[in-house]
Amino acid sequence: MPTKVYKLKIAGQAGQGIKSSGLTFARFATRSGFNIYNYFEYPSLIRGGHNVMQINISDGEVSGPSKLTDFLVALNQESIHKHKNSLSEGAFVLYDGASKIKVESLPNSVKLLSVPLSKMAHEIGGQDILINMVALGVVAGMMQGDMTVLQTLVEEEYHDKPEILKADILAIEHGYKYAQENFKDLIESCFKLQNHKKESRMILNGSDSVSLAAVASGLQFSAIYPMSPITGVLSNLAKLQTEFKFIFKQPEDEISAIVMAIGASFAGARSMTATSGGGFCLMTEGYGLAGITETPLVIIEGMRPGPATGLPTWNSQGDLLFVLNAHQDEFPRLVLAAGDLTEAFYMTMEAFYLADKYQTPVVVLLDKNILEHEQSVPKFDISDYRIDRGKMTTEFSPEFKRFLITEDGISPRTIPGVGNFFIANSDEHDEKGFSNEEIENRNNQMNKRMRKLQTFIKNDLPKPTIYGNENADLTIVSWGSNKGSIIQALEEYTNVNYLHLTWMNPFPVDEIINILKNAKKLVILECNYSGQLAILIRQHTGIDITDKILKFDGRPFFVEDIKDIINERLKK
Amino acid sequence: MTTMADLATPIMPNWCPGCGNFTIWLSFKNAAIENGWDNTNTSIIAGIGCHGHLVNFTKLTSFEGLHGRPLPLASGVKLANTRLNVFVFTGDGDCFGEGGNHFIHAARRNHDITIMLHDNGLYALTTGQASPLTEHEVKTKSTPTGNPDNPINPLVMAIASGATFVARAYGSDVKQLTEIIKKANEHKGFAIIDILQPCETYNKILTHQFYQDNVYYLEDSYDPKNKTKAFERAHEFGEKKIPLGIFYIEEKPTLESHYVQLESKPLIDIPLDRKNMDNVFNKYL
Repeated sequence: MPTKVYKLKIAGQAGQGIKSSGLTFARFATRSGFNIYNYFEYPSLIRGGHNVMQINISDGEVSGPSKLTDFLVALNQESIHKHKNSLSEGAFVLYDGASKIKVESLPNSVKLLSVPLSKMAHEIGGQDILINMVALGVVAGMMQGDMTVLQTLVEEEYHDKPEILKADILAIEHGYKYAQENFKDLIESCFKLQNHKKESRMILNGSDSVSLAAVASGLQFSAIYPMSPITGVLSNLAKLQTEFKFIFKQPEDEISAIVMAIGASFAGARSMTATSGGGFCLMTEGYGLAGITETPLVIIEGMRPGPATGLPTWNSQGDLLFVLNAHQDEFPRLVLAAGDLTEAFYMTMEAFYLADKYQTPVVVLLDKNILEHEQSVPKFDISDYRIDRGKMTTEFSPEFKRFLITEDGISPRTIPGVGNFFIANSDEHDEKGFSNEEIENRNNQMNKRMRKLQTFIKNDLPKPTIYGNENADLTIVSWGSNKGSIIQALEEYTNVNYLHLTWMNPFPVDEIINILKNAKKLVILECNYSGQLAILIRQHTGIDITDKILKFDGRPFFVEDIKDIINERLKK
Repeated sequence: MTTMADLATPIMPNWCPGCGNFTIWLSFKNAAIENGWDNTNTSIIAGIGCHGHLVNFTKLTSFEGLHGRPLPLASGVKLANTRLNVFVFTGDGDCFGEGGNHFIHAARRNHDITIMLHDNGLYALTTGQASPLTEHEVKTKSTPTGNPDNPINPLVMAIASGATFVARAYGSDVKQLTEIIKKANEHKGFAIIDILQPCETYNKILTHQFYQDNVYYLEDSYDPKNKTKAFERAHEFGEKKIPLGIFYIEEKPTLESHYVQLESKPLIDIPLDRKNMDNVFNKYL
């Protein structure tokens, strides 16, 4: 049985508290024992423009955004216009019936909930700023949610702002009561958010999970310049630095960010930086610097559509080939891409381990959909994680060879201040780091560095994951945040499976060839113009997946899109 | 105890005969010997240019990074290990061309590091093009009809950007340069020494002779704490009018001193194990 998902959408103008009320509701649902997936759309503005928060709720797993809405909270006229065509059969539409909002030409099956939101907000004395909270109360009332759970949540959120807290609670109560008194007949047909306590789940987005992972991995130094969609990582780390005794520094630009992190890593600190594609353009020279000086570094790259400024607040998977090829000439780079915020958490922790082990930059690629969208997930478990600095030593050795030629390509590593001498040299260098342009030395050092990739393939490269039945009629190939919608859609099919790729360099070539050769029918889904993963697969395996579904409009693949794609192909 | 032999590597300097880099290098090594700088307490960061080759001839653990980027590298090193004396060797092209933005910000943040600016007035390693410090109308390989750009005054720029120790030395005055390097390192904060460095091969104007004829020392009565005066004297340049010495000193908290997490020990000495994150995870429940 596929999971039943109830889809609530709160829409209005930026500044109307769409995100905050949506988040509160998502937490409410999670605390009531349900799972949620949040999908948030907003333009690159602080005020003005249309904001939408969709909260998908289910007592089963829920992992992707949907096109359809079961319950629309329309806080302005535009919300009606924009979303009236994506209402499911019998959807609720909550709006301010006492305002100028017109609810014409809605489908007949729609159940209208007219509530004098603004009037009620003013009666409480909170002006229009409380409208979102009154509306939240109405939704909670319609779903017969547990008011004590909701109240506790709001109290936790605003415990240090007693006046806001009091007004918010009052607004929610009024809304709740209004729903129960005025929509008695409709309540029965609404989704019920009644408490059924299960394991308590975390509710967070990818920016949260990446920053928590970094801290849990023993992060010591981070330098990050603000840029959507990784700004959340920055603000989390800024907040956590004192408690966990690491440094977060906002530098003057991304060039400085990556180079500062390399400097700190050279000095012995576990270091990271984070940026989006535009910032990564500036970081490309530092990327290779870490490569040739064999300095461990974790880079979080959050993708958004480009080029240049592009669509700053929307989703993309357009930086894959860029990250795989950026910088002149060649150096060993480890590139992995997470499919959701839980993968992002464990991959970031893995990235710190691998950076130290292989003494080279490790990139974790993430799409905006992962970084900025909340999901309820089981609490992270870090009990198995061990801090391992690889071949790093602080022992004194008079003739230390920092770039010793080794079989596995990894040399002993030391840091300044412990008595050892070496040069981290961006010029080609010999085993101690002295500049050296001799043929034999160049070949030895280049081969040694690149050998790390072979060592990695032998020891650490995981197999790709297949979701669903092994013998399927259709195999979907994809990566990144598309995973959530695909997995959600897959619940309705027994003869479709999904090849989820996370390791982009090194690439698990043999396993992928094996899987693709045995697939009956293949389709690849990506959020970029050229099908960059398809290009990568063809480059490594010679297999050309011709059936490509590509989108580059900044919007994700919705669960419904995936079903359409599957249905079309199964018919053929 | 550091000796001259301790600082030697098997690599011989590859600078041109008569290059101003020799005496800058010597002055630095003198200061290192006098102050006991060695691989337990000191690290060198260099940019790309003739100056940067110095890392190969000086046995102090170093990072020769990217052109224009030694300051962010040094900032990271110092934040990670506040116990280290961090010296940045940079050139006028490196520091004020590609590195201009970093210079302004590293200065205003007041990192506790010392910058040795090898100022030869042009790009030498690429065989003699104009740098941001090349005088107006000077002919170089890239400015055959004369330099159309006006130069940056590194001292004025440093003071205006927030540097808290600003000095100028003539590279061949080993005694004075040695003393200034020691003082710059003692200073808590962003210290820059603009070191006048003749380039025998490509700069036929700013020669040893030119500097020997035109430099003079700031008088004993000069007060380096007076910012207005410092700006005034930093603007002096020309015939018989090139002042040397410490132009400006300001006592100000360093960037590193801001962080409570660095109060008890350097960052790299703080244990990494973070097994107990439950309190943070629980905030997301």
